[in-house]
Amino acid sequence: MSLPKITYIEHDGTVRTVEAEIGATVMETALRNDISSIVAECGGGCSCATCLVHVDEAWTAVVGPPSAEEDDMLDGAFEVKPNSRLSCQIKVTDELDGLIVRTPAYQGR
Amino acid sequence: MSEVIKTDVLIIGAGPVGLFAVFELGLLDIKAHLVDILDKVGGQCAELYPEKPIYDIPGLPIVTGQALTEALMQQIHPFKPTFHLGEMVTTLEKTGEAHFSVATDAGKVFEAKCVVIAAGGGSFQPKRPPIQGIEAYEAKSVHYAVRKIDALRDKRLLIVGGGDSALDWTLNLQPVAKRLTLVHRRDEFRGAPDSVNKMRALVATGGMDLKIGQVTALEGADGQLAAVTIKGNDGSSTRTEIDAMLPFFGLTMKLGPVANWGLKLEDELIPVDTAAFETNVPGLFAIGDINTYPGKLKLILSGFHEAALMAQKAYHYVYPDKRLVFQYTTSSTSLQKKLGVA
Repeated sequence: MSLPKITYIEHDGTVRTVEAEIGATVMETALRNDISSIVAECGGGCSCATCLVHVDEAWTAVVGPPSAEEDDMLDGAFEVKPNSRLSCQIKVTDELDGLIVRTPAYQGR
Repeated sequence: MSEVIKTDVLIIGAGPVGLFAVFELGLLDIKAHLVDILDKVGGQCAELYPEKPIYDIPGLPIVTGQALTEALMQQIHPFKPTFHLGEMVTTLEKTGEAHFSVATDAGKVFEAKCVVIAAGGGSFQPKRPPIQGIEAYEAKSVHYAVRKIDALRDKRLLIVGGGDSALDWTLNLQPVAKRLTLVHRRDEFRGAPDSVNKMRALVATGGMDLKIGQVTALEGADGQLAAVTIKGNDGSSTRTEIDAMLPFFGLTMKLGPVANWGLKLEDELIPVDTAAFETNVPGLFAIGDINTYPGKLKLILSGFHEAALMAQKAYHYVYPDKRLVFQYTTSSTSLQKKLGVA
């Protein structure tokens, strides 16, 4: 089976589709592929809210809602919408093959 | 100006690596003062992930950021470092051979033989909300911290956020404000339950307003806010007249004044040699996440190693006429005396 693919649409319109490893996070996958609008200041600890993504509406049900801890951290992010998630808290699975996320212009720094 | 504080070494940053540097320097009879912009020691370990486990500290299979900080404080206790917390180093100047002059935003001035930059990702500074034109109000009517409560007396205040800072300042400023409005993106607050209850009671009795939504626009002139637009989660848009806004979205790391110290920088990192982790300025060292060299890994354990080698070189600046004999803590009575165990 081939690796799941994730599409990142950055604020400036840049579209990148990359292969992701099962078990890696959507944040790690972004960093490995130089998606620079993901800052991930804390390195993936759900501690800084600088890896915000907006999950494409077609994928929100599959990705699911944030945990209570993640929702708390989202308080430190900007332009948070109902489909906003911290990408360090989304683990790549086969079900996420084809996932589309949008990254904001500003992650707080 | 206050009196100049003289020290062997000034360490900028009191994160794990800055703290361990005190230990390695202390073993060599080198005294240190530390400055940190946070009001507590531990750096990212204390600010970003105090409760999160770290699995890659040698000999500690699992330790939280807070526990590691506490253990390091215990380890360096014999060397009695002096901490200057809640201060940011603003200027750093080499004023002579083994002679640096360093000043903080609190007006302190240090004279040090060596300076060690252990500033991690830079200085923690408040996150600025991405609202068009907010910079123009920052000097006068947008505040990320409260310096003087009196300056906000009888004003219409808008506080933004849902954590302890937002709630604490809501409760502290509500009695002095003309009118206080708290804006948060959701009707749930992560702050201390007691503060949340007090805030809700004030809202219920009409002592303040709570709005659920996000601030999307600012109005005003010459740095003075007049009103904000708050977009509710239901899509509604309301305009609220205010005199000052206090956003509390937590902290982010910015390189800060390091960029102005005449150091060669690569991608906001300080290049160092790997023999002593010294910068292009002799006597000025950079250790931990803020430095870069071929093969660099941003790991706490790398910072510890860098601190040890830095101390060996720093010794020669602090004691230019003495010869340094390398010793082990396990077998050296002299080191054990310094540690207070012999």
